[in-house]
Amino acid sequence: MAHLVSQEEDILIKEQGYDDHFHEHHHGDKYQSSFIFHYIFSMDHKVIARQFLVTGIIWAIIGAAMSVIFRFQLGFPEESLAWIKPLLGKWIVVDPTTGVGKLAPEFYYALVTMHGTIIVFFVLTAGLSGTFSNLLIPLQIGARDMASPFLNMLSYWFFFLAGIIMFYSLFLSTGPFSGGWVAYPPLSALPQASSGSGTGMTLWIVSLVMFVVSVLLGGINYITTILNLRTKGMSMWRMPLPIWAFFVTAILGLLSFPVLASGFFMLVFDRSLGTSFFLSDIFIAGQALDRVGGSPILFQHLFWFLGHPEVYIIILPAMGIVSEVMSVHARKPIFGYRAMVYSIMAIGFLSFLVWAHHMFMAGVNPFLSNFFVFFTLIIAVPSAIKVFNWITTLYGGNIRLNTPMLFAIGFVSMFISGGLTGIYLGNSAIDIQMHDTYFVVAHFHIVMGVAAFFGMFAGVYHWYPKMYGRFMNETLGKVHFWGTIICAYAIFWPMHYIGMAGVPRRYYSFDTFDAFKHFGEMNKVITIFAILAFFFQLVFVLNFFYSIWFGRKMKTKNPWHANTLEWTTPIEHIHGNWPGNIPTVHRWAYDYNKDEREYVQQHVPLREGEIGDH
Amino acid sequence: MEQVLDRRNKIHPHKFALWAAMGSILMMFAAFTSAYIVKQSAGNWLEFTIPNIFYFSTGVLIISGIFLHRSFLAFKSADEKTYKLSLITAFVLGVLFIVLQYQGWLALYSIGVDLKGNVSGSFFYLLSGVHLLHVLGGLAAMVVALIYAYTLKFSVTDKRIRRFDLVVNYWHFVDILWIYLFIFLLITK
Repeated sequence: MAHLVSQEEDILIKEQGYDDHFHEHHHGDKYQSSFIFHYIFSMDHKVIARQFLVTGIIWAIIGAAMSVIFRFQLGFPEESLAWIKPLLGKWIVVDPTTGVGKLAPEFYYALVTMHGTIIVFFVLTAGLSGTFSNLLIPLQIGARDMASPFLNMLSYWFFFLAGIIMFYSLFLSTGPFSGGWVAYPPLSALPQASSGSGTGMTLWIVSLVMFVVSVLLGGINYITTILNLRTKGMSMWRMPLPIWAFFVTAILGLLSFPVLASGFFMLVFDRSLGTSFFLSDIFIAGQALDRVGGSPILFQHLFWFLGHPEVYIIILPAMGIVSEVMSVHARKPIFGYRAMVYSIMAIGFLSFLVWAHHMFMAGVNPFLSNFFVFFTLIIAVPSAIKVFNWITTLYGGNIRLNTPMLFAIGFVSMFISGGLTGIYLGNSAIDIQMHDTYFVVAHFHIVMGVAAFFGMFAGVYHWYPKMYGRFMNETLGKVHFWGTIICAYAIFWPMHYIGMAGVPRRYYSFDTFDAFKHFGEMNKVITIFAILAFFFQLVFVLNFFYSIWFGRKMKTKNPWHANTLEWTTPIEHIHGNWPGNIPTVHRWAYDYNKDEREYVQQHVPLREGEIGDH
Repeated sequence: MEQVLDRRNKIHPHKFALWAAMGSILMMFAAFTSAYIVKQSAGNWLEFTIPNIFYFSTGVLIISGIFLHRSFLAFKSADEKTYKLSLITAFVLGVLFIVLQYQGWLALYSIGVDLKGNVSGSFFYLLSGVHLLHVLGGLAAMVVALIYAYTLKFSVTDKRIRRFDLVVNYWHFVDILWIYLFIFLLITK
């Protein structure tokens, strides 16, 4: 039956489709012929998407392992870490008489810095948006490939290069950069400021400049492709929600990353050419530097002008993916499609007006803060609209509770939990008490860390068949989900309490502070769950790589009975995505359970008298 | 990806991509100039007169833009001689712009405005320096256009018009960007 349906669909594409003479040229196959150009320097968006994903997974393992090591230090400061010396070498200082190994404090800071940098940029920006924008944009809008496959390839290789440079910096004898992922001067501007501020910072900045180039090349491509290469009938208001999300994400990246690049340029001038953009009145070892007239706050402004949109660069793709996955597996149209799109736009717009809420305690004028408080709290409105729409989509749905759906629901749970604490922190008055405590750590880890990861997992489990032609193991997937959500709450829930009690973040040890000593047990619990969470992620990694070769094979083109165009392409990837014509689109992407039909794909023409779209 | 093009589109995707890239470059300079304004209002700001040589370099860059545009129009109307001559002139003027900017920096240095000194001077070098990097990118594109002009047989095809159009667009962009920066530096010093 399924086979018959699929044949029928092929006929539809053939008859109704749109002939762009793609397969008459064949020059597309030139760069696909050899192994190197097929799998390594590939220009095919589907291969590039998988490259982004696998690279992102490798970075995620490294970043997560780092967090486990510094959680060890926080949870079990008395225990010996000598067993990890083979891995960390001189950064574990072993006392020769007792044999007790301690994590070097400067390396603790390096680990925290690298954990942030890696997860924010390499995993949740490149790994999430890079993967799914590349995979889904051409497939869901009905394009043969990206507008410029060559720039697309460059985008991946710049990311790869950024990764190599950052990875190399981990092995420097002075250690990687250790001044926090935000790289505030003077720690980042003066090579003599700390051991990681020398070569470590130089490599950090070079790596991130490469990364900015990668994001810009990718973003330019995504926007151009979405605006110019949609198939016939695919109007903007018929685009699936992930495409809208990727579109706004790319615009945010294009407008905010250059500002970060400006900040980096000035930082490089300060570091290497002796200017004083960010430096003033600095004493090192009792000696006053001759660098005067600059302002470190200026860097914070430039950094957070990227930094805040960056949060939405991370979360918007996850939101788009969740909307799609949820609608497919609830067998219901997404509730309030237009409201969803307008919310994405509103969040994107507002994200540029709120950056100083990261700087309430940095000496910004309190009257100016009011402005930023106001806009920050307004973001709650489009976010709430989205949350209510997801919940309403679930309501009365014919829900398939499989792994992608579980992660999509988990995303909403995490987004609510983390979003609510955002309302606390967005108030500058409350922020005076909360700033730089574990409350902040808990807030942003839940709302943009765990939530974005959940969106990413939902996407990986859902589109895995499209990427690899096989399914991931469902049981292991569910183990992964329940383990992760329980551990995530068990890690970050207690952090709210210790944060409200005033425990500051970024401290190496609390032993010497009477006020924070009694949170030792709580820190132990958090650490134990962090280790558990790490092992649950290994379940995912094993499942992922095992399924590439041994997973259950995908037998029909459209296993989820979804409406979007990517499920009309053949199971075996081909260059140009569709063997013959490109499908023509006749309806929006969410015709589930409409007029007695369980699902109606986008390329199926309207019946006589049928009213299309939303 | 010639084949995926849709005839409905008025603007070619590559041109659109270039415009998007220009938008992001513009954001970078918006960041620089707003940092400039913020820093300036914070005080400790050295005022200096911009050396005259920068007026000349600005003029040279504008004339270079005019020549490149002339070359583009000549190419479209299949006027091979004007096309090649104007292209070379535009390129030479572009190189001259860089030389003049460098001379301008030397002139600034001689009146005591040093890169390492007051932040106002640092900003001047930063803005003109980063702009210069973008001009170098434009010159590189022009070199490619020159190679096309002198190695390929002269023929006016859609593809060549489009490629040349990209070069011209970018060159006008760095041109206008410099005019913006120069006026900005003149009125805010």
